Amino acid sequence: MNKFEKLTSTVVPLPIENVDTDQIIPARFLKATNKEGFGDNLFADWRYEKDGSPKKDFVLNNPAFSGSILVAGKNFGSGSSREHAAWAIDGYGFKVVVSSFFADIFRNNSLNNGVLPVVVSPEFLAEIFNAVNADPSVTLTVDLEAQTITNNSNGTTENFDINPYKKECLLKGMDDIDYLLSKKDLVLQYEANRTL
Amino acid sequence: MSKTLFDKIWDAHVVSSVENGPTQLYIDRHFCHEVTSPQAFNGLRARGLKVFRPELTTMTADHNTPTIDQDQPVKDPVSRNQLDQFAKNAAEFNMPIFYPLGHEKNGVVHIIGPENGFTQPGMTIVCGDSHTSTHGAFGTIAFGIGTSEVEMVLATQCILQSRPKTMRITYNGKLGEGVMAKDLALYTIAKLTTGGATGYFVEYAGEAIRNMTMEERMTVCNLSIEMGARGGMIAPDETTFSYVKGREFAPKGEEWDRKLAYWQTLQSDEGAVFDKELVFDAADIQPMITYGTNPGMGMGVRESIPTLESVDEAGRISFKKSLDYMGFQAGEQLLGKPIDYVFLGSCTNGRIEDFRVFANYIKGKKKADTVTAWLVPGSWGVEKQIREEGLLDILTEAGFKLRQPGCSACLAMNDDKVPAGKYAVSTSNRNFEGRQGPGARTILAGPLVAAAAAITGRITDPREQTN
Ligand code: SF4
Repeated sequence: MNKFEKLTSTVVPLPIENVDTDQIIPARFLKATNKEGFGDNLFADWRYEKDGSPKKDFVLNNPAFSGSILVAGKNFGSGSSREHAAWAIDGYGFKVVVSSFFADIFRNNSLNNGVLPVVVSPEFLAEIFNAVNADPSVTLTVDLEAQTITNNSNGTTENFDINPYKKECLLKGMDDIDYLLSKKDLVLQYEANRTL
Repeated sequence: MSKTLFDKIWDAHVVSSVENGPTQLYIDRHFCHEVTSPQAFNGLRARGLKVFRPELTTMTADHNTPTIDQDQPVKDPVSRNQLDQFAKNAAEFNMPIFYPLGHEKNGVVHIIGPENGFTQPGMTIVCGDSHTSTHGAFGTIAFGIGTSEVEMVLATQCILQSRPKTMRITYNGKLGEGVMAKDLALYTIAKLTTGGATGYFVEYAGEAIRNMTMEERMTVCNLSIEMGARGGMIAPDETTFSYVKGREFAPKGEEWDRKLAYWQTLQSDEGAVFDKELVFDAADIQPMITYGTNPGMGMGVRESIPTLESVDEAGRISFKKSLDYMGFQAGEQLLGKPIDYVFLGSCTNGRIEDFRVFANYIKGKKKADTVTAWLVPGSWGVEKQIREEGLLDILTEAGFKLRQPGCSACLAMNDDKVPAGKYAVSTSNRNFEGRQGPGARTILAGPLVAAAAAITGRITDPREQTN
């Protein structure tokens, strides 16, 4: 897993609520047996016409917006448990997703892939959308160690929450499997002591 | 101290706790399918690991499988490759419980689990599929996980989870005539919204729940995820025990007695405290349909879509986008609207009772010519029962055909795709944009509303008698 410490970047705004994982990566793209290449089909049905040409009005096809921070409306990542959604976000090159609310499984999946979900207040979110609409070159700075996100257009900063263990994992680029493998003896003990 | 049902099961599965972090939780049963597992097996290979407890994983192919000609080679080469890889992984890692396409026990993962007795009260259950919450109907902690977590379970039989908050939803009184478990669930999601239970594990309680059969309880728990909940559960009782007893993988003899004694202790204690409590009156619930592109956009079949003004401002763009996609107007009533497809199936409503309800309604009537109906049993077990109970004859008589088991149009990974712009009344669980095929318009409903729509070709209140 990649490490994450601090990032300043322009943003891609997606001011839509309840963006579900079927939009992030539609089911028909889930037939692969590896993790690569999902970025090409991120938001496929919003991004491409039937013939595969880009839809002009979708933000990923708008050259004015780019960067490694995706900013989305409330309740991002609801729906299916497919980790392919996190692989698509990561594969496209996003390192951070900002929203006022994330669905549970998506949040877990993105943390397990080194993509940082940052929860901000609805007001802070609305300000980002306004600022970016007015000027697409606006940047955000996300500092994991300090747990802060700054809107560099006006200098406002918010703190965000992250589980201390998950924070440690991201800062070190270490994943859960490594941790669990180091606890195998405890599992054997648990199994041996079980009565039911 | 008084404990909730959730607390009792969770506490019994804690292996260790990470300081300031999640809990290392032991998993009793892992279900596994072809779509979310290949990368996990690859991960094991890359690390040179074996599967730690292969007998605790049940593997079935369901998401990506065709629902006709299953005895023929799968046509789509990419799907075929995924199914071949699944079989290869099962063989290479010595997985003893493997139900590939065509196996008599093959079917949708959340249907074959309970059907074969893998699902038992008090267990922790995970699967790389969000509707794993279905198994909570037996009084289990069951939830969907991502592929990294599938790898963790295969490697260590544990995952790391932070303890969710608990919520109890109580339904007082009885459901009205023609109102089903699916309606109760869609009603609840409409009340809570799709994010309303995020961070919570829900326990369903009350008279309306106690009166339900196991299959109805599975429908309710299945949809927990659609309001954002980590999972949903129902305390086990006689209904549960008699369902589990005698199934292939259920405990037998002395072990049964011992387990049963434990299972009987699995209910929330008097005075147990939940982080949140909600109470509904079952009599308020009507047959439901959805009108938008998330399961929270639901209403009684006779009601009208909310007006734009009644939606809070931040949500209006999304609300409009959703209605545009569906081709509906704010404020409009949908009763009588023509529809094109009906899908009966999925882990929400693909069990024998759903087929009984459907068959009972359409008996002696004729399918509307304008409707394409896909009736997809959740498993070969269900398929067999449909034949044995004579339901197939009733369906055939009315102009319906039966397909072969699988997830089918629930997520449209196979050829069962609703064409762009067409309306499908679907008993599955998600009406997201493109869920049933690019551009498909999904109206979620229970099996009874679906049956009525299949006969009239329109959105119909099943309580009205039609001929
Ligand atoms: S029927 Fe649908 S929800 Fe259920 S397991 Fe299959 S794809 Fe998932």
